[in-house]
Amino acid sequence: MANIQLRNVVKAFGAAKVIKGVDLEIRRGEFMVFVGPSGCGKSTLLRLIAGLETITSGDLLFDGERMNSVLPSKRGIAMVFQSYALYPHMTVYENMAFGMKLAGASKEELDARVRRAARMLQIDHLLERLPRQLSGGQRQRVAIGRAITRDPRVFLFDEPLSNLDAALRVATRLEIAKLHHEMRDVTMIYVTHDQVEAMTLADRICVLRDGRVEQVGTPAELYDHPANLFVAGFIGSPRMNFIEGPIAAEHGCATLGVRSEHLDLVSEEEGTWTGRVVHAEDLGSDNYLFVDMGLSEPVIVRQPGKVAVAMGEQVWLRPQPGRLHRFDGNGQPIPVPMAAE
Amino acid sequence: METLTFLLWQLVRFAIFLAVALAVTFPFLYAVLAAGERGEEDRSPAGLFWRGMFWLVVGLIVLVAVFPFYYAILSSLETGTALFRVNYLPESFNLANYRDVLTRPAFVRAVGNSVFVATITVIAALILAVTASYALARVRFRGRGLLLMTILAVSMFPQIAVLSGLYELINWLGLYNTPWSLILSYTIFTLPFTVWVLTTFMRDLPIEIEEAAIMDGASPWIIITRVFMPLLWPALVTTGLLAFIGAWNEFLFALTFTISENQRTVPVAIAIFTGASVQEIPWGPIMAASVLVTVPLIVLVLVFQRKIVAGLTAGGVKG
Ligand SMILES: Nc1ncnc2c1ncn2[C@@H]1O[C@H](COP(=O)(O)OP(=O)(O)OP(=O)(O)O)[C@@H](O)[C@H]1O
Ligand SMILES: [Mg+2]
Repeated sequence: MANIQLRNVVKAFGAAKVIKGVDLEIRRGEFMVFVGPSGCGKSTLLRLIAGLETITSGDLLFDGERMNSVLPSKRGIAMVFQSYALYPHMTVYENMAFGMKLAGASKEELDARVRRAARMLQIDHLLERLPRQLSGGQRQRVAIGRAITRDPRVFLFDEPLSNLDAALRVATRLEIAKLHHEMRDVTMIYVTHDQVEAMTLADRICVLRDGRVEQVGTPAELYDHPANLFVAGFIGSPRMNFIEGPIAAEHGCATLGVRSEHLDLVSEEEGTWTGRVVHAEDLGSDNYLFVDMGLSEPVIVRQPGKVAVAMGEQVWLRPQPGRLHRFDGNGQPIPVPMAAE
Repeated sequence: METLTFLLWQLVRFAIFLAVALAVTFPFLYAVLAAGERGEEDRSPAGLFWRGMFWLVVGLIVLVAVFPFYYAILSSLETGTALFRVNYLPESFNLANYRDVLTRPAFVRAVGNSVFVATITVIAALILAVTASYALARVRFRGRGLLLMTILAVSMFPQIAVLSGLYELINWLGLYNTPWSLILSYTIFTLPFTVWVLTTFMRDLPIEIEEAAIMDGASPWIIITRVFMPLLWPALVTTGLLAFIGAWNEFLFALTFTISENQRTVPVAIAIFTGASVQEIPWGPIMAASVLVTVPLIVLVLVFQRKIVAGLTAGGVKG
């Protein structure tokens, strides 16, 4: 329900500047994901929006209204923490009702809202339990339920799934995606380390590095048109192959980037590059071949299905036309991707 | 040169003391650890031996800790010359001493005073300590570490060192010879320890729980009373109990800051019990009174011990 604007936001802890001037607009009802390497300030930025940290300088606006000095509880925000942060001595029901009770809601309204949120997350049979009697996944649902009960205009998530095992993570991810569809006008901001979470959940992704925004865009934009070398290397798994030296020079750039799925295994006559397979990873659906082309790192080639390539065998590679990314010496992209020859 | 030799000798003595202490305690420690490691099921000779050692150690500790109190109970049930015969098993069951004590109005009055003083001290200390430790544990400010160290240092002063200063303060406040003089001084002396313990506990509470409460719109007061207090319950009971025991048994301040008979607390009242003649120390009534005022403490500990629920915080955060 809120359009969030950050204008030159700076956060310093003592002398250490952690957020170094962030300008960002998050649209109403949008699902925005913050990604970036550990320690880049994702959590800090989220906490600034939540009001758990004070902004050193710059402005934070919700629907044009300055929020810098508004109390966290008055901003219309709900936050889901990585460690759930449930009140251990309260039942699930009390956990969910606590915020509204403090806000002075009537008993009937409170009850209705708690039960609606519980139904939405299928935790209505757990309402009388204490947090310690729940599994990890159930706890995280309760934490999300507690946030929903408050009927916020902005939803903040700080790595909510990172304590769950792989299967639960996928299930809860779907749950959150569903939530986003059901609560169309609630703005959501989500911090994660996980590529898949970022790509699948986000309307737009904001890549942060060292307290600055590197690029903001839809997952496809970031994937296909990274704004610089850092984003190119950060988005996508496995990492984009970076080729330097003579091959890059041939293409008129300092660094040539090509994603693993944009390299084809071809016969000797068709091949542009060649190298030896030094390692292979079989993921069942895909094969990753690590090909040593005499560069500092092996080039990763992704092949769907099964490929019968022996270790040490020489292979020939051909990049798909129009799929090369060229970067200059400063890591900036050189427009017009050259067709591979 | 002489001082050097002296220091050297002191050092040697200290080393010997340390060696002896270690030599004596180590087998005990080892017995306890070994018994714990082997568990109940181990029926091998070595296992039985260490289990035996374990119970021996436990028995020894209990004996050392309980014997004085046991002897007090025995003595309190004896009168006349029986009091001065050494015996380790009950020989008489005579409640005369208890009757004597309970019919002394000064004693009954003193018990009332003690209950009042100790209770108010605990309440005051806990309220102050909870709020102070919240600030010390959670609010970032300059000199927090120094402040914590100072607080701990305060608790190391001997009582006698602050006696005259405290006396001046109490006089100035007009509290002399009132229970409030004792409440004030006991609170001052309990606070450092209480604050220290609660600060440690509060630091271990996950910060996210507090932040979740902030997001829920809780003020610091609500956070302390509705979120922290229920979680700190075990620590509160423990420190409160220690504060109560401290206030209940304190002697020096009680002797100095109260003068009239109807303001005295139990320890002082017992100490100035008078016998039939000036030369006679009334050991019987003293023992009976001691037993009477110790029993409530033991009951308190036993009652609250069962309320201390360990691991209450489990489940709030991950794991
Ligand atoms: N309260 C604080 N005082 C001082 N420095 C802090 C504080 N909180 C965070 N920092 C510093 O700010 C930087 C960014 O921290 P932040 O937690 O935002 O990183 P992050 O991007 O969330 O990392 P991660 O992915 O590991 O969670 C880190 O270098 C951290 O040490
Ligand atoms: Mg973080």
